[in-house]
Amino acid sequence: MSTHEQTVTTHVHRDDVGARMGMWLFLFTELILFGGLFFVYSVYRFLHQTDFHVAAKSMNVFIGTTNTAILLTSSLTIALSIVALRNRKKILSLTLQGITVIFGLIFLINKYFEWTAEIHHGNYPGSPELLSQPPGHILFYGLYYVMTGLHGLHVIIGMIVIMFMMRFTIKDVITPDRMVKLEAAGLYWHLVDIIWIFLFPLFYLIT
Amino acid sequence: MINNNELSEHTSHSYSRYILVWMGLLTLTAITVAVAGVNLGDVTITMALVIASIKSYLVITEFMHLNTESRTFKIFLGVALFFIIISIVLLFSDYSKM
Repeated sequence: MSTHEQTVTTHVHRDDVGARMGMWLFLFTELILFGGLFFVYSVYRFLHQTDFHVAAKSMNVFIGTTNTAILLTSSLTIALSIVALRNRKKILSLTLQGITVIFGLIFLINKYFEWTAEIHHGNYPGSPELLSQPPGHILFYGLYYVMTGLHGLHVIIGMIVIMFMMRFTIKDVITPDRMVKLEAAGLYWHLVDIIWIFLFPLFYLIT
Repeated sequence: MINNNELSEHTSHSYSRYILVWMGLLTLTAITVAVAGVNLGDVTITMALVIASIKSYLVITEFMHLNTESRTFKIFLGVALFFIIISIVLLFSDYSKM
């Protein structure tokens, strides 16, 4: 009787496929959010091709490439953390989740140095130096700050979410048999990675 | 129970598989940076977007496990991408005439 009751409760309260599907649906809304910005980017770039090329010259390709590698590696570590937990290696999984958060932090620190350098060069929205440039130039930097800024915000949110997952893993809320929360957090982190995969060539590699 | 067996079988390869995918992603990043240095004119942006799409495909199918999800997930993603493609095509059917 008690086993019967247990099965009933798990069936009532659990639908992992449904949970993952819900996460994917949420990710589509994120896709539309960033998609809209990519549309704006593509139209303005189409209208101001030369300006965009010239403006992108001051982008730091080295930091951009490094950050791409960092995010790709963090995607690997969060994916591995799920495998580790599934193999019942809790400490390894926690370590990998922690490394993912640290990679996110390094990404943001690089971003901070990058933005500081740009601002130092006078390339920030509304700066007198930028406003004296052709319109395409201003648009390029406007889009650069909005798109990488919104992406950076997603990195911060992702880091907070993963830190919660670490707490859940420690408290055994997330266990090898109940790990859909961690999987959903992983999906979110991978989406953030995918957005960057497109941001990187569009802002750094168009000179 | 059957599900559990499937999982453990699946995961025995996963560490190495993920690391392979990651190496592929880094290689593609190196290629896209190298190609950007060569002046190919209009082809440059196409190349960059093709490589970015391949990378996204790898992340979606492998890291996000779309390859092992049910068909519903794939249809969802197809619809979302279809909507984005329609939007961009209609957008540029307007702007390309300007």
